[in-house]
Amino acid sequence: MATFPDLIPALPEIFLAVAAMALLLIGVFRGEGSLRLVSWLAVASLIGAGFLAVTGVGLTGRVVTFNGLFVTDPFAVFAKLLILTASGLSIILSINYLEKERVARFEYPVLAVLATLGMMGMVSANNLISLYIGLELQSLALYVLAAFKRDTAKSSEAGLKYFVLGALSSGLLLYGSSLIYGFTGSVSFERLAEVLTGAPSLGVIVGMVFVAAGLAFKISAVPFHMWTPDVYEGAPTSVTSFFAVAPKVAAMTLFIRVLVGPFGDLTAQWHQVIWFCAAASMIVGALGAIQQKNIKRLMAYSSIGHIGYALVGLSAGSQEGVRGVLIYLAIYLAMNVGVFAIILSMRQNGRAVEEIADLAGLSKTHPLLAFAMALFMWSLAGVPPAAGFWGKWAVFLPAIQSQLYGLAIVGVVASGISCYYYLRVIKVMYFDDVTEQLDRPALLTGVVATGAALFVFPVYIFFLAPITSGAAAAAASLFGAR
Amino acid sequence: MLEVGLSHYLILSAVLFTIGVFGIFLNRKNVIIILMSVEMILLAVNINLVSFSVYLNDLVGQIFTMFILTVAAAEAAIGLAILVVYFRNRGTIAVEDINMMKG
Repeated sequence: MATFPDLIPALPEIFLAVAAMALLLIGVFRGEGSLRLVSWLAVASLIGAGFLAVTGVGLTGRVVTFNGLFVTDPFAVFAKLLILTASGLSIILSINYLEKERVARFEYPVLAVLATLGMMGMVSANNLISLYIGLELQSLALYVLAAFKRDTAKSSEAGLKYFVLGALSSGLLLYGSSLIYGFTGSVSFERLAEVLTGAPSLGVIVGMVFVAAGLAFKISAVPFHMWTPDVYEGAPTSVTSFFAVAPKVAAMTLFIRVLVGPFGDLTAQWHQVIWFCAAASMIVGALGAIQQKNIKRLMAYSSIGHIGYALVGLSAGSQEGVRGVLIYLAIYLAMNVGVFAIILSMRQNGRAVEEIADLAGLSKTHPLLAFAMALFMWSLAGVPPAAGFWGKWAVFLPAIQSQLYGLAIVGVVASGISCYYYLRVIKVMYFDDVTEQLDRPALLTGVVATGAALFVFPVYIFFLAPITSGAAAAAASLFGAR
Repeated sequence: MLEVGLSHYLILSAVLFTIGVFGIFLNRKNVIIILMSVEMILLAVNINLVSFSVYLNDLVGQIFTMFILTVAAAEAAIGLAILVVYFRNRGTIAVEDINMMKG
């Protein structure tokens, strides 16, 4: 007779699942015009889930439940806090945008909460089956969100492209999982870590490469990045702001858990794959963005490049490297939320615009907005003293300690190239003449942009210590569990 | 008489998987064929899992298969829904016409 599983470790997820269903009911009964109510309730339930995650059993140590399918540890808690923050801010930012674009339907926050639930499942996965279920719960919700503006061709095309390539990546991941299961006889991460020592069989290596390819699709690392620019451009801007942060954080932390946990003893095998992905992502991210005119496309290439920098920390393969990736993701979150808050407020005469040229002369019409955008661009380029510099510092230092000099050189060169297009945005805002003035941004968007700008410089200095110690504890818990 | 063993099942599933992947990349005509290819990839995985499960005398593989079948049904529903939305906007589902964004 099977015993009833311990539900306490999974309390944040259970709470969020129940909240999502309650939100759906509220939306259905209130009908049209319930977007605002459902959105704020969604934000409240994300905060509630965050509170449960912080006060739960995961913060102090590693707890496994549901017959080893589900794990919670400081690493998962750290990732969940980032994901919940990113989702919450994205929902707050999208309210005004959805109302102005006349797609104010309550399904939007509900789908965002369900995607968030999937991401939380991903970072807490301790088994290939729960990994797959979490990943699919996230992906299925995101496919629908990409096509949310269903009466425009661009949004539905973005949804279709994302769906086809996402389904392919799930297929690759599953095929890899089936090979790993067949050649080791287990799908549990702990069991895999015990079995996979010494020289692995060819089937395991092929399976591991397939799993890595499936996960690289989700973080849009080169060579699996081709969907990113199209989906970022075509999806409604509020959805792009969601795509740019939360799913990336979730997939990246899942990637770390899979490579460091079950495949921790196969570092020699996966190290070269990650090395290549990191170098290629940094180069493609830097070169691809140069000729872009659409700011959402620019941010897509920027995010490909930033995933490359984060992978530098992972390819170091050390505890400091993983700590660096977590710090990097936290700072990446703040920068991207801020940039997208500004992109979401780019409207001329009530019509959304997304060309870089539309920002011309922003420093004269909206000096504060232009200054905030300039701060984000400095930070994304990694110029000190902005926060982005410390993120890059945190991932490059362990890489150099692990003697990855080649990768560090590629990273510095790519940063130098990427400065060009980040600074071009500043040049357009400060030195070009106004062609058509942008509308006044909505209050809420302005508040989020200001907060993010203050965080990027100089408030982050006060947060650097807690973020670093949290990331260090998270990385230690991951490596201690091996 | 040929004895059908594990390797035959694995070769079958590898062939199906490859056909599915090539079906996605080589097909230039119709998005429905892409959806069929995705299903084929997932079924190849299922054959793999079930044959490994029998070979290892372990039920986990079959449980995994049940999960994949369930999720595949949801995935097909969402894929077809997005396809309908796309067709309403563009009036075509030819793969070569999905080119509004590039670069």
